[in-house]
Amino acid sequence: MKRVIFGLAVLLVTASPSHADWTMNLTRGVTDISREIYDLHMVIFWICVVIGVLVFGVMLWSVVYHRKSRGAKAKNFHESLLVEITWTIVPFIILIGMAVPATATLIKMYDNTEADIDIQVTGYQWKWRYQYLAENVDFFSSLSTPREQINNTQEKTTDYLLEVDNPLVIPVGKKVRFLLTANDVIHSWWVPEFAVKKDAIPGFINEAWVIVDKPGVYRGQCAELCGKEHGFMPIVVEVKTVAEYESWLAEVKQADAKQQQAAMKSWNLADLMAMGEEVYNKACLACHQAEGEGIPGAFPALKNSPVALGEVSVHIDVVLNGKPGTAMQAYKEQLSAVELAAVITYERNAWGNKTGDIVTPAQIAELKE
Amino acid sequence: MTSSSASTHHHGPAVGLSRWLYTTNHKDIGTLYLWFSFAMFLTGGCMALLIRAELFQPGLQLIQPDFFNQMTTMHGLIMVFGAVMPAFVGLANWMIPMMVGAPDMALPRMNNWSFWILPFAFSMMLSTLFMEGGAPNFGWTFYAPLSTTYAPPSVTFFIFAVHMMGISSIMGAINIIATILNLRAPGMSMMKLPLFVWTWLITAFLLIAVMPVLAGVVTMMLMDIHFGTSFFNAAGGGDPVLFQHVFWFFGHPEVYIMILPAFGIVSEIIPTFARKRLFGYPSMVYATASIALLSFIVWAHHMFTVGLPLVAEVFFMFATMLIAVPTGVKVFNWVATMFRGSMTFETPMLFALAFVVLFTIGGFSGLMLAIAPADFQYHDTYFVVAHFHYVLVPGAVFAIMAGAYYWLPKWCGNYYNETMGKVHFWCSFVGVNITFFPMHFIGLAGMPRRIPDYALQFADFNAVATVGAFMFGFSQLIFLYNVIHCIRKGRQASSEVWEGSHGLEWTLPSPAPYHSFSEAPKVK
Repeated sequence: MKRVIFGLAVLLVTASPSHADWTMNLTRGVTDISREIYDLHMVIFWICVVIGVLVFGVMLWSVVYHRKSRGAKAKNFHESLLVEITWTIVPFIILIGMAVPATATLIKMYDNTEADIDIQVTGYQWKWRYQYLAENVDFFSSLSTPREQINNTQEKTTDYLLEVDNPLVIPVGKKVRFLLTANDVIHSWWVPEFAVKKDAIPGFINEAWVIVDKPGVYRGQCAELCGKEHGFMPIVVEVKTVAEYESWLAEVKQADAKQQQAAMKSWNLADLMAMGEEVYNKACLACHQAEGEGIPGAFPALKNSPVALGEVSVHIDVVLNGKPGTAMQAYKEQLSAVELAAVITYERNAWGNKTGDIVTPAQIAELKE
Repeated sequence: MTSSSASTHHHGPAVGLSRWLYTTNHKDIGTLYLWFSFAMFLTGGCMALLIRAELFQPGLQLIQPDFFNQMTTMHGLIMVFGAVMPAFVGLANWMIPMMVGAPDMALPRMNNWSFWILPFAFSMMLSTLFMEGGAPNFGWTFYAPLSTTYAPPSVTFFIFAVHMMGISSIMGAINIIATILNLRAPGMSMMKLPLFVWTWLITAFLLIAVMPVLAGVVTMMLMDIHFGTSFFNAAGGGDPVLFQHVFWFFGHPEVYIMILPAFGIVSEIIPTFARKRLFGYPSMVYATASIALLSFIVWAHHMFTVGLPLVAEVFFMFATMLIAVPTGVKVFNWVATMFRGSMTFETPMLFALAFVVLFTIGGFSGLMLAIAPADFQYHDTYFVVAHFHYVLVPGAVFAIMAGAYYWLPKWCGNYYNETMGKVHFWCSFVGVNITFFPMHFIGLAGMPRRIPDYALQFADFNAVATVGAFMFGFSQLIFLYNVIHCIRKGRQASSEVWEGSHGLEWTLPSPAPYHSFSEAPKVK
């Protein structure tokens, strides 16, 4: 038994948080709620430690002193009503002492009223969509760590697997309410520093809220198994001052307008192919694979596929509207007209699919109306 | 001794394979269950090692994410339904008739069938690994719609396999209840039953109550997949959260199905090696019954983040915390049994002591998880993985090991090698803690479960956990060798086997004759 305790102690000491980045305990976070939760966590932890020390102490005492090899003779007692009642009642009282503050925190967390900003968060396989309900701002946010890092051919950078192309941006000190739902399977939106973890469920709208009191970049991950790329759909939230947030909103709106204009200019095959490859790698590769070969039984191949080689309108329909009842999503909302045109063109002309077809952004823009 | 071995001579087992195929003998069937569960334990263990090997370092090295998900799913299903549950049924088959003074189980032919369904069920489930689209990859909790609309085609085989396992469990449970209620020797009143028998009686009722619920939920999945219903499909007016409610209504009692018999085993072993009667026998029985009853009203603590209404959240938090009371009573009783005893530390006792400590640590993290607001941070992280592995591996599995060492001399008539047993214990004990203790830290630091690759700050503890997992995994081969060695050429055991043993099973010679208690013993 002594060896055991010693072993555990060594494990604890060698695991002390001397390294820069990593921690062993829950984060205190950057909201009032997250700090309250941290305190609850520490209180219940220390209660457990004290009970553990008492119980294991008595046990260790018996193991050391009441052993046969020391000549211990067994006593004959085997019941005591008083003792039994005591160790039923005392834990019960401790539990009530714990339940009261926990309930108080819970009640605060459930107060979803009077938000300053509403953002709809939708989980997709395997990315997040953020819609600022009052602002007409709507974008997708997906992993930006290069595949080469995941496959160990490139050195991993600091924010490996915790970086995205378009982070969620919110202002500091405002009550931001998240309305969570999902497009396909159940996801769970979790940012440890906000102490917000809420499932995003198709057909449901869940609510959660934060008031962040410190600007910064906060990172989290999807917390509910949602398929193959579940480990690869991080969440990044940039918390900015109100002024910076306002100017960010203006920028995004401007960029959106620019993109719509781009759809109207004329595109040649080479440009579409170049852009298409980029879009493909971001949006399609996880399922249909790098060479368009798919995964037999799970995700169909695009190389030599009847859709990619057949009627253009069918191909466009599948990409824009998805295939209900399968993992194939509708990309109409997810990608811009230019991106959609590029990726469809790419799929019809890559990996030996030589149809020579060009799908123009204008064509798609018309369908998107 | 001579008279009993002479009588068994004429009614001994058949020879060859047919003995095992056609047997209705509770000892043979118990043996089959135990070997089957050990084979599944190693199979599920290999999958665990593959998972840990992939997680040794950040980045994808050995397996791709989709196969990783297949491994976590199959590991969970095999360990729960293939290793832990059949091991307990095997121990029940061997020990319950001998403990209550019955000649055999009450329903011997059904007993044969409930075992022989299992190899077929698991062959079918394992065969999905070789099917197009791969094995089930949606986690052992198979949440819809990931397991319905978005599942690989092999899900249908998975559903069929789960049905078969459920039928096997229900039949086994009926048999155990019938045996305990009807075949007790004269004078063996309910409050004289050994605690292992009591815990199994309560477990069997839990099984009968919830296995049909599991059957129901997989049938609803089957309907959604093949017959156009929309139980769990929001687009058709269904409700994905309904799946979780039904699943966990089965799932939470299921957790106690995997731990109550372990309580029973430990309650047999500690008094034997402390040479002192179990402290508070009646309160142990009542505590077990209360845990079983409470297990029906706590299921939604697995679902604190699905967006339950506040009142439900509070109710399930309170009910869950309440379970700590009877569980605490059990732990206190074990410790009080050791207190002022005269203890020795043979292998079964070592495993039982480790059970008490490590299961309690698992209980502590369980109590932390019960605090709903804190659970928002812990939920679906490695903290949960650490929690349930602490209650299942050094909990249920250690208790099974303890029971196997404890009763092995009674089963085969020989002692196992004590030194080897101790080596096995210490390797397992150290290995298990190196594997699962760091998972508390990476969970709190923010690593979600069921991910094949992780951010760099989780790397160190993951490497440590992998080293521990390999240590724990390979030390089970010592156990295998020790058991085979014991059966073949262990030292002859006496009837009592252990100095401090009490109970009907120890009045039989070692090995226990093929037919025991053909005439009911008298219980004082």
